[in-house]
Amino acid sequence: MAPFDRKLFRDLWRMKGQTAAIAAVIAVGVLLLVMMSGLMNSLEETKRAYFERYRLADIFVSLTRAPERTVQRIAELPGVALAEARIIGSALVDIEGEDLPIRAQAVSLPQFGGQKLNVVHLASGRMPDRTRPEEILLLTAFANAHGLKPGDGFSATMNGARHRFTIAGLAGSPEFLYTTAPGEMIPDDSRFAVLWLNHDAMAAAFDMKGAFNEVVVGLSRGASAKSVMAAADRILDRFGGRGAYGVEEQASNRFVSEEIKQLRRTGTMVPPIFLAVAAFLLYIVILRMVQAEREEIGLVKAFGYTDLETGWHYFKFVLIVAIVGALSGCLLGILAGRAMVGVYLQYFKFPFLVFKVDPASFAIGMATSIAAASAGSLFVLRKVFALTPATAMRPPSPTDFSRLAIMPAWMRRWLDQPARMVVRRMLREPVRMAGAVVGVAAGMALSVSMLLVFNGFDRTVDVSFNVMDRSDLTVTFTHPQGMKVLHELASIEGVLEAEPVRIVSVEFRNGLSAYRSAVFGITPSPRLNRVLDTSLARIELPENGVVLGKGLARILGISPGDSIVLDVKEGARPVLEMPVTGVAETLMGSPAYMDMEALNRAIGEPRRVSAAYLRVDSAQTNRIYARLKELPGVAGVSVKANAQAAFQRQMDEGAGAVRYVMALIAGIITFGIVYNTARIGYSERARDLAGLRVIGFTRAETAFVLLGELAIVILVALPAGALAGTYLNRLMVAGFSNDLYQVPQVHTPESYGVAAVAVIAAALVSGWLVKREMDRADLVAVLKTRD
Amino acid sequence: MTSAVPAFATRKLVKTYGEGHTAVHALRGVDLEIPKGEIAVLLGPSGSGKSTLLNILGGLDRASGGEALFLGSDLCLMSDRELTRYRRDHVGFVFQFYNLMPSLTARENVELVTEIASDPMSPDEALELVGLRERAHHFPSQLSGGEQQRVAIARAVAKRPTVLFCDEPTGALDSKTGQSVLQVISDINVKAGATVLIVTHAAATGAMADRVIHFADGAIREITVNDERRKASEIHW
Repeated sequence: MAPFDRKLFRDLWRMKGQTAAIAAVIAVGVLLLVMMSGLMNSLEETKRAYFERYRLADIFVSLTRAPERTVQRIAELPGVALAEARIIGSALVDIEGEDLPIRAQAVSLPQFGGQKLNVVHLASGRMPDRTRPEEILLLTAFANAHGLKPGDGFSATMNGARHRFTIAGLAGSPEFLYTTAPGEMIPDDSRFAVLWLNHDAMAAAFDMKGAFNEVVVGLSRGASAKSVMAAADRILDRFGGRGAYGVEEQASNRFVSEEIKQLRRTGTMVPPIFLAVAAFLLYIVILRMVQAEREEIGLVKAFGYTDLETGWHYFKFVLIVAIVGALSGCLLGILAGRAMVGVYLQYFKFPFLVFKVDPASFAIGMATSIAAASAGSLFVLRKVFALTPATAMRPPSPTDFSRLAIMPAWMRRWLDQPARMVVRRMLREPVRMAGAVVGVAAGMALSVSMLLVFNGFDRTVDVSFNVMDRSDLTVTFTHPQGMKVLHELASIEGVLEAEPVRIVSVEFRNGLSAYRSAVFGITPSPRLNRVLDTSLARIELPENGVVLGKGLARILGISPGDSIVLDVKEGARPVLEMPVTGVAETLMGSPAYMDMEALNRAIGEPRRVSAAYLRVDSAQTNRIYARLKELPGVAGVSVKANAQAAFQRQMDEGAGAVRYVMALIAGIITFGIVYNTARIGYSERARDLAGLRVIGFTRAETAFVLLGELAIVILVALPAGALAGTYLNRLMVAGFSNDLYQVPQVHTPESYGVAAVAVIAAALVSGWLVKREMDRADLVAVLKTRD
Repeated sequence: MTSAVPAFATRKLVKTYGEGHTAVHALRGVDLEIPKGEIAVLLGPSGSGKSTLLNILGGLDRASGGEALFLGSDLCLMSDRELTRYRRDHVGFVFQFYNLMPSLTARENVELVTEIASDPMSPDEALELVGLRERAHHFPSQLSGGEQQRVAIARAVAKRPTVLFCDEPTGALDSKTGQSVLQVISDINVKAGATVLIVTHAAATGAMADRVIHFADGAIREITVNDERRKASEIHW
């Protein structure tokens, strides 16, 4: 090995702590890049393969009831490759040991032949025997959550009648990749089931003999979905068609696409932050190294090494750190990706999901790490080139502080000599000081914004589940019910309050933007589920007009005063144009609100309710559940506490869990920067500090000169970081928000306080570590070396 | 004379670096007395142990064995805090590479010491002693090597030290500048009565001392006592 290379490895070993820290920062950046692009890749590829293999339909239309032959007309439309009619309905599953009726979706299997679209795949068991109406397929995830297996039985209520079923097999399907109960946002495997029944059994249960209430369509290649949807709507209009929608609005597809989009966003936003930090740290380390080795540099140049050869030696140091960091990042990225796949499988019920690394991400990770690391160090290498042997081998003259001789009189009066040393050094090298301040402020900003995101999540939960929704249970009905159902609910013993709500599915349109969601018709003075503005004050719903949730307003680009088109998909299916009178704080989903009676009048179904919110006596829940199970027309009961727990779980384990990782990383970066600042400050002045000790300064007095500077850096960096963190948070909440939930931007003072305390703690620990090193230093040895 | 307590006395002073085969015996049992108010020059080749002795007597390093008494108190028994106190109150140091604080002016470098000393002279007085009063507001970067060394001396004497340690004080200087620096040191010995210990390679320096201690292989080879001290300006090397 060439002696130069031997020196290189010894240098790396000597500075192992610092270099390992920098390599770790690079590794985290590359890890995130590899993991996220790999996950994105895997989800996208798996989604494509799964949807293709099990033929997810391109268009969905549900309707009230149409004769079977109608589907033929749709199948003959130009651009339609396949059209399949089926019967869907809701069911309440009664599992032994469960107090609460569980909501389920029932879907018919074809009368003849196999499924052509939305094909089920069996996980175990077999397809139901066509001659046995009691045999069904059950959604695998639900079965697993309750320990059910083929051969087991349970009963369910469909259309008011109780049925006994036997499980023939467990299955999944691309349309039930992500399953939530209607009206809920978060999947809870144990609380929502899908049942596939034989066609005749479905027809009998839902009174659909010779008829269907949903059609799914597969398009031929190159066909226009839009024109097919328009044609299908025309045909099905008179059968109560609720409007066709494309696969992009299909819930499962939407959620998985949203997740992929978010991965892409975070994957491009976050890793560069780490690489920039690493570049900054490497720059400082190499700068320090070159300064300390000016004599050696001069010497080897005197021997006849060229500038390039000498520069290459230092550049190799950077390269090794970058490559080691990037390689470990790739490796860890694969491991982390594999672990994350398990998390995704809990939410997306893919039959298979293999973490497949995107090879491009390796190349990108490697290249950007090297580029970022080199960028910082190239500035330093210029210094290596500039050193001539003669100047390099002369002892450096003392740093020139003469330009700073003018110090205001008040400063002279107030500052003793050690304090003057601190002040002058900072004034002498403002760029380096600024660098340190920027570094620490960046750490502070990361911590602040992450903590604000935490608080945003907490606020989402708190506002959604405690402030806006003050009910305990929500009872949804299979069909809109008359008002008297409310009295029935209120008369159940233990029900303290009952409040109606009308939910109507609507396509909102503003110019070219359209979004399918629901309008909630709310009673004039709601007590259990309230519409609140962003400052959490109650919004009065107007006689004429609609209040949009924040998420919906953002999607459609609408503000109060604009008018909006509501293409109602139920009842008389009117197309309404009305003013937007306000924007409500909604943190989950993208709903809109109207006055209940105004909504009912508009769709021509007065005094109808879709669901009811209940406040109940918690001591009597079991009795209430039992009564609700018997009540005809009940599609399901959701317990707020369960929904809140499911949401919290999703936040903690799913995509939301990324925030913990990021907070940890923010902490590590902050500490890394603070420690490096202190460490470098020390190595640059080891000699001055030893000099002070020799003169008779105590350890504490000497430490003041070193750590005073760090303290000032921290003091300046804290407010700067707080400000930057506020802006960074704005970007982050946008990154974390999606259709499913919006993370609000909150400014909780305690977040800033906690971040500041964390930075100060990092400074104290760093200061302590460096001071310990200073205390251990051999005074004589330090003084004998020429700096 | 023998009845007075000497400034320094060492008995069987030993300093060993490392252990076993790799052990280096820097001092192998040094017995020495330096009376108060004298100038003593420690001469010897590199590695002979003279700087080690200076560092131990200066409270910068600890002996491995034996005694090192300063005015009767054993430095070897002092705690770290007491050694700091000792350096703060009694010791002045002058180094080969000056070790000035680059961010402080000449005067402020001296003030660094006068601020913590119990009975210092004024910084201006100290600079006057080394003939640099008019350069008080210059930073080290604006001073020549000799001037920087004189500031270092002013800084060392400003606290009115009991002892002044000089480790190769002229090592980085040309001969003429070196002479003036030695003259300053000699003057301080006379005017302030400080005991002075100078470590040097330059044998000629011995002529300005009361006592010349020759070192070799970690032990004293010879001590010569001069009847008469020469002036620094008469010394050439």
